[in-house]
This record gives sequence, structure tokens and C-alpha cells, in this order.
Amino acid sequence: MKPLLEINNAVKTIYNDNQDLNILDGINLKIYPKDFIVVLGTNGAGKSTLLDAITGANKLSSGDIKLNDEDITHKNLAKRSHYISRVYQDPKLGTSPRMTVAENLLLAKRRGLPRRLRLRKLNDNMEKFKELTKDLPTLDNRLNTFTENLSGGQRQTLSFLMAIIQRPELLLLDEHTAALDPQTSQELMELTNKVILEKELTCLMVTHNLTEAIKYGNRLIVLKKGKVILDLDKDQKAALKEQDLLEYF
Amino acid sequence: MNLIISTISQGFIWAIMAIGLFITFRILDFPDMTVEGSFPLGAVTAVMLIQHGYSAEIALLVAFIFGNLAGFATAFMYTKLHIPSLLAGILTMTALYSVNLRILGKANMSLTKPNNIFDQYGLNKLPVNFNGIILGIIIIAIITFLLIIFLNTEKGQAVIATGDNEIMAASLGINTTVMKFIGIMVSNGIVALTGGLIAQQNGFADVNMGIGSIVIGLSAIIIGEVLYPDVPLSVRIITIVIGSIVYRLILMIVLQLGFNTNDLKLISAIILALCLALPTIREQFFRAFRNGVKSK
Repeated sequence: MKPLLEINNAVKTIYNDNQDLNILDGINLKIYPKDFIVVLGTNGAGKSTLLDAITGANKLSSGDIKLNDEDITHKNLAKRSHYISRVYQDPKLGTSPRMTVAENLLLAKRRGLPRRLRLRKLNDNMEKFKELTKDLPTLDNRLNTFTENLSGGQRQTLSFLMAIIQRPELLLLDEHTAALDPQTSQELMELTNKVILEKELTCLMVTHNLTEAIKYGNRLIVLKKGKVILDLDKDQKAALKEQDLLEYF
Repeated sequence: MNLIISTISQGFIWAIMAIGLFITFRILDFPDMTVEGSFPLGAVTAVMLIQHGYSAEIALLVAFIFGNLAGFATAFMYTKLHIPSLLAGILTMTALYSVNLRILGKANMSLTKPNNIFDQYGLNKLPVNFNGIILGIIIIAIITFLLIIFLNTEKGQAVIATGDNEIMAASLGINTTVMKFIGIMVSNGIVALTGGLIAQQNGFADVNMGIGSIVIGLSAIIIGEVLYPDVPLSVRIITIVIGSIVYRLILMIVLQLGFNTNDLKLISAIILALCLALPTIREQFFRAFRNGVKSK
């Protein structure tokens, strides 16, 4: 099978304390269609930098990234956004606070597409948005609520819906449940898993939660000091216990 | 009575400037000092063109275009040269002082030609100062209509999203740099257009007439927000007009109380500071009131 995303010898160097520091240190990674990869690593291991490199928010110092065999290394964030969507850790980063839930969803529906000088079609999309939120008790009947009036959990659920409303080729989840209370976090994680499996999305999920890392996904990789030090498939992952992972931290 | 009508007339015209400022200040969340330069830029451009025989409409159109160019300079410094927003605006404002002097050739110039827009379209047949009110309402209606239409387009929504949450906007593929250019340019275009109108209303242009204009614009926006909090965007533009008139009326009352006109800028700044602090003062007042009720 051809990989959906291929990262070859990715290096990201920054200048820190009078010396060069490799945040990503020669990462090689192949992500196949329908992969649900969980990424673990300590703070500073390079997880967010890796996601930044994939989205184009941060350019690599060397190495290349291919999406469906096309070299996207030098494509900017706007061009990549048509194929790649991301949910951030901070619920405030993923939504527009002064827009309503429906307006945010409409904005995300045109992810990566040109914004034209034509009237937006909010009313035409309301039925679709109602359908999308009908089974979500936190967002049901709140399409006209301003996002700034939502709780962190509601905003993060909205961020997730915004990331998947236009099917992404690759979904990136950057510790998207970490800032939420345990119950809300669990609910959002269940929703995430359900949507990824139902829609057969390809996903790279960064987490610090070892239970989540073992429970969800079909692959697990561990990053340490900018390198992939562990890459397990579904069967190897199934045999893991939380204690086994602790030695990598 | 005439004084009140004259004040309301000024309120309407200055409201146009405040609507322009609203685009950068509230929609883009960009503190744009350029307006202190683009406002007189519009004034000197309009006066010079009218003095050279051009129609008032052409003069206002060119003022609008020049305002756009001033906004372009600030947006360029901010987005491409990564100069901080406040500094980029101050640099353009400072540079425009010389540009305005170049255009006018001197520090001020009276409008002696008859083709003033306030004397056309039958406006001169209206009672004194009503021409400003009628013209102000017409221009506000046109700009508000166009602005609301624009903000409801995909591009307009992208501009709002850029001001609201730039990281999100960028991750959705919105070219936030272009959106900033659009917002800052259009804003300064409207501000310069107002400069052209005020110059025609006053009958002269002065290179120093921009000093304090940002305070006037902000006051209109803030008073509107204090009077009408939590209203939709389209209504908010109307509240700016109300805010502008209320601000002018407050100034008129203060001056009628016998304050020196030399203290006008000081009074303007104090009014704006009070308006900005009003939500905090109101909250503390209600908290103290609630605590008082509880202790009883």
C-alpha cells in the first residue's frame, strides 16, 4: 500500500543557548490511509513541531514531506490546509469567538478553498449543521450561540467538528482533550474515535495520556529528543501495558 | 437649537470616520494610528482637487483611493516587514505629515471654489446645518450597506476570522496577510473620505487637522458599545453613529459650561477614558450595591 504521507529525514534546527538544537532529528515516518497513529513523547520531544512541519506552520530545516506522492515540503500552510486539518490543545485556538457555532462551521466548510467575494450560504447549510450536531448534547440547539459563550469542552467539540466537516486527508489532533475535565475529555475522545472509525479517516493524535495511547488507534509511535524511538503496529500495541510505556519517559 | 443641529450634523459626518476606524479597531483588532495621517490626507487631497476645478465627487473618490494607499503602507510594514502594528501606523502617520504638506504646498488652505458637495444636489436649499445631516445619513447608509454586504461574503467572513483568531484563520487556509491588507486599506480609505467631507464642511484643509481624530473615532465606537452592548455586527455599526452624535453632544455641553476651547483635546481624552472605564466602574458599582444589599 502506498503511504498517504511520507516524511523523509525531517530535521528542524533552532538556535538556542549559543548552539544549534535539533528539535526534529532525522524523522522518517510513513502514514498509510486509515492509519490512526497515537504519538507519545515527553515535553520537548518534538511532537508539536512535527505537527507544525506537517501542516506547514513551521518549515523544516532539511528533509521532505510527501502527500500522496506529491512533494509538499515547500507548500505553505494555506495550500496544505485543504488536505490537512488540525485540532489544537487550547480550545480557544480552534474557533472564532465572535462568530456563532454555525458561522464557525461554515467557515471550516471551505477549509483550504478560496474565499470569494460572494455571499456566504449560512441558511442553506443550517440543516446540515443541525444534522452534524444533533447527537451532541453539548452543541445541540446551539448553532446560533456565539462561541465566546461556550464552555471549553463545547468549544473543543466544535473545533473537532470544524476539523472534520470537510473530510481531511489527514487529521492532526494535538493533545486535543488535554485541557478538558476528565468527563468532557472522555466524551470528546469517544466522539473522536467513533468519527475516525466511521469515516475511515487517517489520523495522527498526540497525547500524554497513556491510557488513551493504548486504548485508541492502530499504531503507536514514541518520540524522544526529535527521533522516533518506537513504532508499534496494532498487535504489538495491543500487548502493551501502561508500565511498558513509562520507561520511554 | 442651531447649535444642537450643528452638533448632530458633525456627529453624522464624524460617524463615517468612526465606521472606518471600527474595521481596524474592532474587526481586525488592529490599533491603527495611520488614521491621524490618512484623515488629513483625505482633506488636503479633496481641497486641492476642488481648488483645481475637479468635482467634489472626484475629489472624494481620489481621497478614498489615497487613504487606501496610506493603509497599504501600514499593512505592508506590519505584515511584510514585521514592524509592530502600533509603530507601523505611527511611521505612516509621521510620513503622511510631509506628504500632506507636499500636496497642499502649505500648512492650510481655504476652499474658495463653489463646487463643494455640501452645496450640491439641492443640499444648499435645506435649512442651515441640515445639509450635513442629510449627506451624512446618505453616506453612512451607503457605507453601512456595502460594509454589511461585504462582511457577509466569504471574503468578509475571512476578514472577521483573521481579526478574531488568526491562528484558526490560517489553519483554515485563509490568507491572513491579504485579509489584513483589505481591512487596513478600506478602513483608511473611509477615514480619508471623511477627511475630504470634513474639509468641505469646514471650508478648509489643515495638515494638523488629524491630531486627535483617533480619539474622536474611538469615542464614538466605545460610547456606542457602552450604550448598546451585545448587539449583532450590523446593529453595532448603527450604534457607532449614535455614539458619534452623543460624543459631540457631550463635547458641546462641556464647552457650553464655559470650558476653554484650548482644552478641547484634553476634554476629548477624558471623555474617552471615562467611556472606556465605564464597564469597570459599572461592574464595581453593582458589586458594591449587591454587597450592600447582602449586608442588610
